[in-house]
Amino acid sequence: MWLAGLAVLAVGGASALALSALKDQAAFFYAPSDVKKQGLPLGRAVRLGGLVQGGSIRKAADGVTLRFVVTDGAATTPVTFKGIAPDLFRENSGVVAEGRFAPDGSFVATNLLAKHDEKYQPPELAGKLHETKSLKQ
Amino acid sequence: MIAEAGLAALWLAAAMAALQLLLAANVVRLGRPSGSGSPLPFRGGVGVGEVSPSPSPVVSPHPNPSPEPKAALGQREGLSQQFARAIRPVAIAQGALVALAMLCLILVFARSDMSVRLVVENSHSAKPMLYKLAGAWGNHEGSMLLWVTILGLAGAAVAVFERRLDQRTLSATIGAQALIAIGFYAFLLIASNPFARVFPAPADGNGLNPLLQDPGLAFHPPTLYIGYVGISVAFSFAVGALVTREVGPAFARAMRPWVLGAWIFLTLGITAGSYWAYYELGWGGWWFWDPVENASLMPWLAATALLHSVSVLATRDGLRAWTIMLAVVAFSMSMIGTFLVRSGILTSVHAFAVDPERGAFILALLAIYIGGALALFALRVGTVRQGNVFAPLSREGALVVNNLLLSVILGIVLIGTLYPIAAAAFGVQLSVGKPFFDKTTGPVALALMVFMGAGPLLRWRRDTASALLKRMTWPVAGFGAALIMLVPFAWGIGVLPLLGLALAAGLAVASVAPLWGRNLRRTPLFTWGMVVAHLGIAVSLAGMACDSAFTKETLVVAKIGEPHAVGPYWVRLKGLRPVIGPNWSAIAADLSITRGQDGAPFILSPQARYFSDPPTSTTESAIATKLDGQLYTVLGKPDPGGGYQLRLWWKPFVTFIWLGGAMVALGGALSLLGRIRRGRVRVAEEHEA
Repeated sequence: MWLAGLAVLAVGGASALALSALKDQAAFFYAPSDVKKQGLPLGRAVRLGGLVQGGSIRKAADGVTLRFVVTDGAATTPVTFKGIAPDLFRENSGVVAEGRFAPDGSFVATNLLAKHDEKYQPPELAGKLHETKSLKQ
Repeated sequence: MIAEAGLAALWLAAAMAALQLLLAANVVRLGRPSGSGSPLPFRGGVGVGEVSPSPSPVVSPHPNPSPEPKAALGQREGLSQQFARAIRPVAIAQGALVALAMLCLILVFARSDMSVRLVVENSHSAKPMLYKLAGAWGNHEGSMLLWVTILGLAGAAVAVFERRLDQRTLSATIGAQALIAIGFYAFLLIASNPFARVFPAPADGNGLNPLLQDPGLAFHPPTLYIGYVGISVAFSFAVGALVTREVGPAFARAMRPWVLGAWIFLTLGITAGSYWAYYELGWGGWWFWDPVENASLMPWLAATALLHSVSVLATRDGLRAWTIMLAVVAFSMSMIGTFLVRSGILTSVHAFAVDPERGAFILALLAIYIGGALALFALRVGTVRQGNVFAPLSREGALVVNNLLLSVILGIVLIGTLYPIAAAAFGVQLSVGKPFFDKTTGPVALALMVFMGAGPLLRWRRDTASALLKRMTWPVAGFGAALIMLVPFAWGIGVLPLLGLALAAGLAVASVAPLWGRNLRRTPLFTWGMVVAHLGIAVSLAGMACDSAFTKETLVVAKIGEPHAVGPYWVRLKGLRPVIGPNWSAIAADLSITRGQDGAPFILSPQARYFSDPPTSTTESAIATKLDGQLYTVLGKPDPGGGYQLRLWWKPFVTFIWLGGAMVALGGALSLLGRIRRGRVRVAEEHEA
């Protein structure tokens, strides 16, 4: 029986540990207008979703740093990303950026998820603005 | 006609499963030692009496049969024997029929029969043959059919090979296996018929997702599924033992090889899947904490714990209830994994073409089986007698800690995986990824490594701290030496990688220590198995720590002839050329690579591929494997100013991760071989006695 007690204790401890860590580590989903309403979520990993604004993609001189603007119709957020963008990352198309907000309100992305094609689209995002496919590229 | 034959075979297999369940229920009922009063769970619940193929007049309808005359008892015994003899062929027939159905599906795919809906949706006539065949399970219906095929074959294998278990428990086990199968047959036949036709047949199919067009698809899912579904055998054994109240060392010895077998495949499947994701997804990671990866990791964690607790039960007759519980948990994790992957509830690299209604069906099956098993456990745990007890400082004690820590990791991974679903139910969108899992599971895993080193050096039943410390001298010295060597030149790589590397050194010494002073030729094979598997964990841990500590990454726009440094290598873009494949076209970059400024050059050619059916582009990384690591190159996009984006990694000793995984599986195989041999000898001795 002491084993059962230990097991309960261990699993309970694990849950407590996990739940407390979740508070800090879970990446919440933001749209540019959410940021406007709720303020900047600084110091934590978040996901930013929306459309890539037409004509906003600029490439820096090093050839691998991208700057673009994400919009949800009501508000916009400027994003910088260093890396190779997914193939279906293009203007006026859905994107989800993973990364952090900077104090000036811009977003530094470490990873971009672009909607892949009609068939391989996750159901929970279907029909919403931030359509995405977690193809990690 | 092949599709119809497959469907017919599937229906027949389902019928066989039903028959198998009825026979098992009768064996358990008739073979029950008289006088044991409490009603069996099968009684009445499944309606055995009414539908049984040969209703027996001698069985009393009352739950508490009064003592019967000798003759009637003998007759009951005889009937039970007859049913028990029949159950093996039925289980084998079920396995053969469902395998036939799978074969039909593969044939339909091989012939690109575009009148079958599944082929239209997932295949294309221009696809290479290997992917046509593998495409049969690269989709929802096909993978579920593969799932039940393995379930049926596992049941048949138990019927053929299991000779140690007593007849009633064995019949109950095969019956439990049939009960699981029936649910999944219903799921296939009602909600996801793989053989449905389309009319009129289109000219050609939609093609398979290019990410899946890789030799990995041919081997990874079947291996993983054998492991996943193989755990069902452990579950059925546990149910069988609960039904007949035969939880003890004999049962544990019978169950152990099956657990080991499933666990080996699970280990191989996870290792292979990790390498596949590493080279196919093209961003250099080897574990993404993707929900589907977690879905395969969770049964592995539970099965690893089960493997160790079943050893305690077999050797020392301890941890009886706990072992049964773990068997239930392990298969529950397989089912939850199936649910997560197949319901489409999670956004994931793997969740292709999904359907929420099917998710509800699997969720119902999940609730019935897990709920049923837990209810049975609650009903019968009182009859599981207390096993042997032991001192906290003993081999058993270390194995208990191993089990607890593995359970903790399992709990964390489960919470992290399910949390986004729970949050989504409250309308909050969030994702839980690498930062969470690394931070929470990392320290627990390192603690587990410490106990893993110490465990095999402890004696069974009781031991003393001073003796343990003495035996731990060399491992601790290994840990200390590694730490001292690492700190000066690797300061700043982070606490976890540093501890990981030092622990890997200590663990490597500790895991070979059980061989110390032994006659190596006379050391049993399963001890070798343990040593190799534990050493594999140390090797894998070293690889993970090296990868996260010493990886060098370069991201550039490369112009022809320009040298770029990554780690010890210099990479020059020599030129670009078009490449045409069977169903894709690509641009390949030829990279000339030298180690240092003037080593012997070699060529790597990463590609950017374009597939037309369905229209998709993918990147094909090119990897050079060296003794001390891998050079990983990815071709990006053209730059308007000339040149191409290149992403380059130098990953020292990253190969150790998968080498270690393969060693763990090899250790399992050695152990399995040793157990089977030892079991043969034991069975032979019993026959002689």
